[in-house]
Amino acid sequence: MAAVTSIGETPLAGQGKRQGGMQVGRRRRLNIFRYITFTLFSLFFLLPLLALVRFSLEGKKLGTWSGAAWGQILSYPGLFSAIEITLELAVISCLVVLLLLVPTMIWIRLRVQGLSRVIEFLCLLPLVIPAIVLVVGLGPIYNKIEHYNVSALQLFWVYVILALPYAYRALATGLGAIDVTTLSEAARSLGANWITVMFRVIVPNMWQAILNSMLLTSALVLGEFTVASILNYLNLQVALFNISRATQNAGVLFSTSTAALLFAFVLLLILSYIGRRRSAGGSWTASLEALVRRGRR
Amino acid sequence: MTKLIAAAKQEGTLNVIALPPTWANYGNIIKAFAKKYGIKVVSQNPEGSSQDEVNAVKSENGTSKAPDVLDVGMAVALVSTSLFAPYQVSTWSSIPAAQKDPKGLWTQDYGGYMSVGYNSAKFGTITSMSQLLGPKFKNSVSLNGNPTAANAALNGVMMANLAAGGTADSIAKGVDFFHSLKQAGNFVPVQATPATIKAGTTPIVLNWDYLNTASVVGQGANWKVFVPSNAELAGYYAQAVNKTAPHPAAARLWEEFLYSQTAGGGQNLWLQGGARPVEMTAMTSDSSIDTSAASALPPVTGTTVFLTPTQATSAATYLSAHWAQAVK
Amino acid sequence: MAVAATTTAAGARPVRAGRRPSLAWLGTVPFLGYVAVFLLLPTGIVLWNAIRNPTAGGFELSNLKQLFNSTERSYFTGSLELSAASSVIAAVLGAILAYAVASGNPDGVVRRLYLSGSGVLAQFGGVTLAFAFNAAIGPTSGFLFHAGWYYNFPAGIGLIYTYFQIPLMVLVFLPAIDGLKAQWREACENLGGSTWQYWRHVAAPLLAPAFIGATLLLFANALSAYATIQAWENQISYTVPQQIYIAINSEVGLASNAGDVLALGMVVMVAIIMIGYFLLQRRAARWLR
Repeated sequence: MAAVTSIGETPLAGQGKRQGGMQVGRRRRLNIFRYITFTLFSLFFLLPLLALVRFSLEGKKLGTWSGAAWGQILSYPGLFSAIEITLELAVISCLVVLLLLVPTMIWIRLRVQGLSRVIEFLCLLPLVIPAIVLVVGLGPIYNKIEHYNVSALQLFWVYVILALPYAYRALATGLGAIDVTTLSEAARSLGANWITVMFRVIVPNMWQAILNSMLLTSALVLGEFTVASILNYLNLQVALFNISRATQNAGVLFSTSTAALLFAFVLLLILSYIGRRRSAGGSWTASLEALVRRGRR
Repeated sequence: MTKLIAAAKQEGTLNVIALPPTWANYGNIIKAFAKKYGIKVVSQNPEGSSQDEVNAVKSENGTSKAPDVLDVGMAVALVSTSLFAPYQVSTWSSIPAAQKDPKGLWTQDYGGYMSVGYNSAKFGTITSMSQLLGPKFKNSVSLNGNPTAANAALNGVMMANLAAGGTADSIAKGVDFFHSLKQAGNFVPVQATPATIKAGTTPIVLNWDYLNTASVVGQGANWKVFVPSNAELAGYYAQAVNKTAPHPAAARLWEEFLYSQTAGGGQNLWLQGGARPVEMTAMTSDSSIDTSAASALPPVTGTTVFLTPTQATSAATYLSAHWAQAVK
Repeated sequence: MAVAATTTAAGARPVRAGRRPSLAWLGTVPFLGYVAVFLLLPTGIVLWNAIRNPTAGGFELSNLKQLFNSTERSYFTGSLELSAASSVIAAVLGAILAYAVASGNPDGVVRRLYLSGSGVLAQFGGVTLAFAFNAAIGPTSGFLFHAGWYYNFPAGIGLIYTYFQIPLMVLVFLPAIDGLKAQWREACENLGGSTWQYWRHVAAPLLAPAFIGATLLLFANALSAYATIQAWENQISYTVPQQIYIAINSEVGLASNAGDVLALGMVVMVAIIMIGYFLLQRRAARWLR
């Protein structure tokens, strides 16, 4: 017992141990473990990607090099329009996800806490009802939709549902990190209406979560194949699949895949740097103080 | 006919579905039609199956992207007649009675024989199916798809069935043949495509002869094709016009084009793709046939077997119950 | 001003005359409506069709009984086999990787790189991943070597599944490892415990619910995967998603609600696993607060 209570009371004793041999040895073993782990895993993950890149630079005869496949991303018949449609779908899906989730989640937090379990359940339901199951029942619904608009952009209705679990979790994390009640009450006591509270007080404090959820949604849309192919729409993945079935010289498959991956990776990297700067520069407590100060003026 | 052409041009567009460009020369057929009449052809879902076509007709009903015309396997055609509009092309009389619906709801268009295509540089000359069980064919024999889902693959198993002494009424011997093939390590469960043939993953392919021609497969003179002498299984596809086609005149003009016996018409274009056009007998008599293309077809002697709808259904039922277990 | 702020800060909800707070739930109607149409309705359609007779109308449960015959069962066991193998292997490997990432500099380049990489690779599954593996170890065109077992089940496809499961594991399990407070390790050491004892008696029991929960999530994820195994191009139908596709698209005629029946079976399978996942998540969250 005494030993346990002594930990909190004598931090300096612990610090002394930190300079000791045991700690250094452990650190060294840990570092060896980390280096080995990172090397092995990096190899495992990079090798297929390397193969992808190598095949994207393959010339007409096996073993030669050529950049032709990269140019084909733009010129291959049907591929470019599929890329365009998929990118547009990503943007539309992101916007609709945010439009649907952000106000609803904030509203629930502020006014209708009782429904929060229900919303959480509904948002996680798509994990239990995966795309391959959902698409079986979507036939009649998409019949109706196609009466009004036959464009592949109509896929966004389903994509939003597929993205819900991931977007919800990202937004919930962001929302959970700020004291929504205090912020909103402070703002409302200064005369703000609910719209102002939501969009000018709370949303600016969840920027990183919002960006995160947009990224997750976009990644999902870029990689989606199941629903598009079974509903007979042509998106990026379906176009790539058709090309792989139909033609011999499939260099463009590898170049497009590599490009899509690089695109997603760069976006994520940028996001991780933006996130750090934001949390360093301003926290929600600072916004709260700013609000109160403004009120006092 | 002139009124039809005018009406079709007025519509300006034709929606087709599930027509891969290298399937029986459809790429050139589409181009020729578009060029001749100035009508834009929109080709949806080229990799689709016959069932995909019918599904699209149902789900896209009333929209401008619904397929105008269908090219489907007989099994699907016979159960989907409620979706078709009756139409008899001007060359109706040149089509044998057994190959068209009396009301004109569907008409057979082209067909071929189930064949074995192979890389002769690697395997020498193959003359019978039973050879394929031998040790030098490890990891070589493939089908065009999954027999429980794809017509071409089902017929591949049926061809093996007939060659192994089975009858068209029961596909059991065919499934057993593939089971033995799998035990011997000779069966490759990969979808055969030009890419896999080029890569050497599927050096032997059981497929319709017009899909097994060297040019479609993308190989040179080393690629040989034969139809087993004890298993001459033929199958024809059928044309149908969508009852609720968004472009009805264009749809009918397309049919006229496909069944036309002229040198640049559909029948000869199909022949150039290695398929046997339905009007072949009539065209050989009146010499409108492209003789060089006709002589390039794999030789077939002896009796041809056509699967009746009942036989096709019972084969499908047997396969869905037994195929997976046989080849896993 | 200050007085007003204090009053509201005391927690009393500002009551506006005439407005009853209980109508606030109407604000969730757009969301609920959307989900009802695009998630609940299709699911309902699938379940409804699964229990009806496709040709004659009326209820028909015998199609469901078909799920238990040996061929249909083989699709489910195939799915379970593949998903279990890839999830367990990916869970163990992913946990090791997550620990390596977590034990470094929280702001460092390595962590940032691995998290971004995991974020990308976890969604990479599907058609393009199959292309990459085909290019890397495909039996004839492989860049690295030619894997004769590439088209074996579950080995070949299992490797591909593991590839996108490991990053998912890292993303899901990392917060749990981050939640291991340094003080616990120090406490253990101060009491004379070794590294092994720390792991065996402190960290493992704490991490167990999160670990098992994450494994279950991976399991459900693998069960639902369709695009990857489709692009793998092995024409034999091993798993339920493949068979659902065949049921919808077969041109040689199966019972027309075969797809719905399989989908129902799949929902039940995944639901059981997800319930397990949620129960474990709640247990894990208790310790990480």
